[in-house]
Amino acid sequence: MIGATRERTAPPGAKPPPPRATRRRAVSRLRRRDGLAAYVFLAPWFVGLLAITVGPILASLYYSFTDYSLIGDPQWVGLENYVRMIGDERLHTSLGVTFTYVFVSVPLQLALALALALVLDRGVRGLAIYRSVYYLPSLLGGSVAIAILWRRVFGADGLVNQVLGFFGIQGEGWVSHPDYALGTLVVLNVWTFGAPMVIFLAGLRQIPVMYHEAAAVDGAGPVRRFFSITVPLLTPIIFFNLVLQMINAFQTFTQAFIVSGGDGGPSDATMFYTLYLYREGFGNFDMGYASAMAWLLLAIIAGFTAVNFLASKYWVFYGD
Amino acid sequence: MVTKPHTAAPRMFGHRRRLFTHVALIGFGLVMLYPLLWMISSSFKPTSEIFSDPSLIPRTFVPQNYPEGWTALEYPFHHYIWNSLVVVAGSIVGNLLACSMAAYAFARLEFRGRRLFFGIMLTTIMLPIHVVIVPQYILFANLDWINTFYPLIVPKLLATDAFFIFLMVQFIRGLPRDLDEAARIDGCGHARIFLRIVLPLSMPALATTAIFTFIWTWNDFFSQLIFLTDPEMYTVPVALRTFVDSQSQTSWGPLFAMSAIALGPIFGFFLAGQRYLVRGIATTGIK
Repeated sequence: MIGATRERTAPPGAKPPPPRATRRRAVSRLRRRDGLAAYVFLAPWFVGLLAITVGPILASLYYSFTDYSLIGDPQWVGLENYVRMIGDERLHTSLGVTFTYVFVSVPLQLALALALALVLDRGVRGLAIYRSVYYLPSLLGGSVAIAILWRRVFGADGLVNQVLGFFGIQGEGWVSHPDYALGTLVVLNVWTFGAPMVIFLAGLRQIPVMYHEAAAVDGAGPVRRFFSITVPLLTPIIFFNLVLQMINAFQTFTQAFIVSGGDGGPSDATMFYTLYLYREGFGNFDMGYASAMAWLLLAIIAGFTAVNFLASKYWVFYGD
Repeated sequence: MVTKPHTAAPRMFGHRRRLFTHVALIGFGLVMLYPLLWMISSSFKPTSEIFSDPSLIPRTFVPQNYPEGWTALEYPFHHYIWNSLVVVAGSIVGNLLACSMAAYAFARLEFRGRRLFFGIMLTTIMLPIHVVIVPQYILFANLDWINTFYPLIVPKLLATDAFFIFLMVQFIRGLPRDLDEAARIDGCGHARIFLRIVLPLSMPALATTAIFTFIWTWNDFFSQLIFLTDPEMYTVPVALRTFVDSQSQTSWGPLFAMSAIALGPIFGFFLAGQRYLVRGIATTGIK
């Protein structure tokens, strides 16, 4: 059938294509040569995987059982680094800071992203402009320049307090107050809701309009349609955003480093886990302890991702 | 992106409701952008005015913040911009070359262990950099690469940014296979199919990769902070950080001026590459 069509559309005088059997044999002969070519094309990736990823993973696991300060050889200490973590108050603080940050900022960020995606999906004019404006902070959010700006915006005489002062409210020095410093970083993360919003928008576009029309005909109001149609059909996207943003949030570093002046202050209120890890590894050159901390971070991220996947069975609906 | 007619939305209060939506959306957008605008306006204000006046229009216009910030550190600011550009350019070339090669193999070639290696590749996307950074530092220190740009560029030449392999695999899979099979029947080798057929057709994916690599590398702080400790090698983010630390009484006007300059290229790429950025993020979720 395909051969016939081809012959009919072939320009006059063109060589007729080879019969299908010959063609298939030729292709399969080429396939066998694929193997070698594939390894050539993958050669850089293989080298990178071994030298930059897998090698360092194994080395990191080894260092986590050693005392190593870059001077001399690593000294095997068994589980000592891991035992030390159990009693390390500062590490517990940093875990608390990081968990609070992840579990407060990610839901807020996703809720805002979903809310605006819903508004924008209702066919407002100028969608492209709104989408771009809201998305811009996602690109800038991780930069040092924005973290510097944040430190100033939430400073004692910064923009936020100037605006509050306009309404007669005397604000705090937010970044220097132990109760509020973490909050300013939560605001910064929520501010970058544009990236998940774009993904939500793409997902909303996939929901067939006829579902809403059918429900509307049956008398379902907007709220009912949102919870009975939009949310269930969007759960795979919500799940995707949740996993991604959680993994990202656990690794927050730049903002914490700059806003806290590099020391996690005030009173360790912004001592994020990655910041503490950096200080142990590259401040104190305690490479063994930093490696052990990195493995705990990996375990935490893998654990939460696994829990997400397991729990997803109960609330994520994959149509068809 | 597919658009759909929004016939389902009730039209009862059409006009007023739409107006309200726009006012709310614009208002919210302004609140979001206000800190950025404030930063740019503050970069033209004398430091004392930054803290007393939230308005966006400077009362006293101080363009001197820019030359002052430019020369405030050990090297003039273009030195750090140049360093950043070298790292960025190397990273873009590396990612484009190495990731597209790997993607071609994963998307088009049959080989033993393809599924396994593809799975490993996907797993590496999720791997936190903190797990490998200590041994990488030790490795690069042994190679005497600390305070060079090699630790920042060489990994890209080895396709360690697996997001982009994934992005390109997805893209190449969407290209019609007939084209390269026809070329193979005509006797083209893989190198020619890759260079003459697949790469030219993959321009949107390559553009997305280049733009995201630019923005990420330009913004990256963690690895540049670790691998570059000599002021001569500092990139823009690391230089900005020393700016904050260098003076106890930070001169905010010049600091904001340099921060605005640091954000400039991202803003430029954002304007130029919006289409690719939005598509890239909608299909793969990178940000």
